[in-house]
Amino acid sequence: MALAKTKAVALFGLNGTLIDVEADISSNLPNFILVGLPDASLSEATSRVRAACTNSGLSLPGRRITVNLSPASVPKRGSSFDLAIAVSVLAASGALNQEAAGEWLHVGELALDGSIRGVNGVLPSLLAAKELGWSRFIVPNENLAEAEVIEEIEVFGFDHLTQVASFHGSDVQPLAAGNEAKINREQQSNQLCYSDVLGQPEVIESMVVAATGGHHLLMVGSPGSGKTMVAERLPSILPRLTAEQAIETAAVESLSGLPAGISFDAPFRAPHHNSSASSLIGGGLSVPRPGLISMAHNGVLFLDEAPEFQQPALEALRQPLEAGEVFISRAAGVARFPARFQLIMAANPCPCGYAWDPTKRCKCVEPVKSRYLNRLSGPLLDRIDISLRVNNVPKAMQKERGPVSSQLRERVTAARDFGAARLAKTPWRLNAQVPGAYLRRQWKPNGNATAALDKALERGLLSMRGYDRCIRLAYSIADLEQVASPTAEHIARAMYLRGTELG
Amino acid sequence: MTKPTRRHVLGIYGERLAADYLTSIGYEVLERNWRCGIGEIDLIARDKDRWVFVEVKTRNGAGYGTPFEAITDAKMNRLRRLVGEWCRICQVAGVQVRIDAIAVLIDNGQVKLEHLKQVF
Repeated sequence: MALAKTKAVALFGLNGTLIDVEADISSNLPNFILVGLPDASLSEATSRVRAACTNSGLSLPGRRITVNLSPASVPKRGSSFDLAIAVSVLAASGALNQEAAGEWLHVGELALDGSIRGVNGVLPSLLAAKELGWSRFIVPNENLAEAEVIEEIEVFGFDHLTQVASFHGSDVQPLAAGNEAKINREQQSNQLCYSDVLGQPEVIESMVVAATGGHHLLMVGSPGSGKTMVAERLPSILPRLTAEQAIETAAVESLSGLPAGISFDAPFRAPHHNSSASSLIGGGLSVPRPGLISMAHNGVLFLDEAPEFQQPALEALRQPLEAGEVFISRAAGVARFPARFQLIMAANPCPCGYAWDPTKRCKCVEPVKSRYLNRLSGPLLDRIDISLRVNNVPKAMQKERGPVSSQLRERVTAARDFGAARLAKTPWRLNAQVPGAYLRRQWKPNGNATAALDKALERGLLSMRGYDRCIRLAYSIADLEQVASPTAEHIARAMYLRGTELG
Repeated sequence: MTKPTRRHVLGIYGERLAADYLTSIGYEVLERNWRCGIGEIDLIARDKDRWVFVEVKTRNGAGYGTPFEAITDAKMNRLRRLVGEWCRICQVAGVQVRIDAIAVLIDNGQVKLEHLKQVF
């Protein structure tokens, strides 16, 4: 009776469970049995493992092989258990060192020729296993880049089953991988810069304020006025992610099967307006999968042509905007995904786009026009701090280049550092997150700086919520100038940025 | 019966080797190629007080895996039914039975024999 064990990890959402992969070879007719709640794609592992071993010159014993994935009550899915199953079976048959195999956790899918293919979710798997106290990992070479991000663990990447076998003490000749195709690990760095934007200095300055305080923003303007260009360049002025943030974001990306590797640039996600609510929020058939808002975690979610989005998709954003995370419930259970993103929306003023254009005639009839922007519901606009009107660039300004992003990023970073002292004692990290009640009690601007605001409130031009929003924005503007308490001028600018026509 | 084919000859040869082997380890071979309507039991032997029903598989060369791999689930199910059938016809009851498998591998003139007990 031969028995051997190794480790693997079962992932559910971003949470993992350590799995014991036990193999037993018993003296009986040849058969390969996999037990322990595997799903359909995992049950097929037996065929892949058998072929991969045979084709690598590592023969499986002509006996009954039973592999158990324990704890058997945890559902397991996908092809990432292939490597662990192969290693445990080979160890049980004596082809490699049993002790060595038991000391490592294996992740990877096997091709029929024995090469090891990359899988989704390596980063969250390893993070979860590390949390549970495991520190030695073998992963597909394709996924090594993302695995190496994690500190204080031992990790090796291999291309072929024979390399792993020989690593564990088998005398088989290690082969190179059959598939030469390698993922290019060079990160395509996002080289967009605000200096490409011609003649929109005010809009860019508003983006700087938005970046400083993490304020959600809406731009309304004619087609071709540069809304998309301005939005796309927001990550270029956002402060670089901390290591912790970068890993959080990369873990969600890894789960979604996006190209491996870690980036310290804030992510930018721009879903098409046809996107469904579940593609934005997260979904999946029986197993929860992260949506685009989670892929935009610690970064920017840009909704171009926002009124064209389906109403349910837009409304679904409200709760995650508040909570910064989202819970996806499916048949297999509930998973939590992080979703702290900055929402940037762009819209035309009317379906044809030229309602505000002095040079072109708008073709829309009045009811259609007024209905168009109303598709952005009150509760959603409530969460938007900055509403901008973007006009077409006049001829005289078409040569004027915008400021360079790297300089703007320095300003934003300095402003955030300045504001950090004030936020240090609070549970919030950005001005946009501070709730109104706290704002009015603790952060009352000095002197009569709020005189204009108070007057607007009295006259009914401003709601209480609008009042709070102005104060919040004024703090971001003051942070940019490194002033501790906003002045009347800062508040006036905040009132302008908040916008009037659009809630 | 028509002239036995090459494969037939190989099978008969393998079964003879298996019977000799069982005798050599102290089993009493009772019957060979017992047939009924359902099929055939290759060997029936007695290991002390146990009745042993043996499926013999013979192969020439290991190119297609071990001979055991040719014993499919369907064959095992048929063998199980055959054991019941044999007990009914021979009026044997209340005895302990066992199903074994023997692989005979002929490779470059060398004969290798493997015996698996209690396969089910």
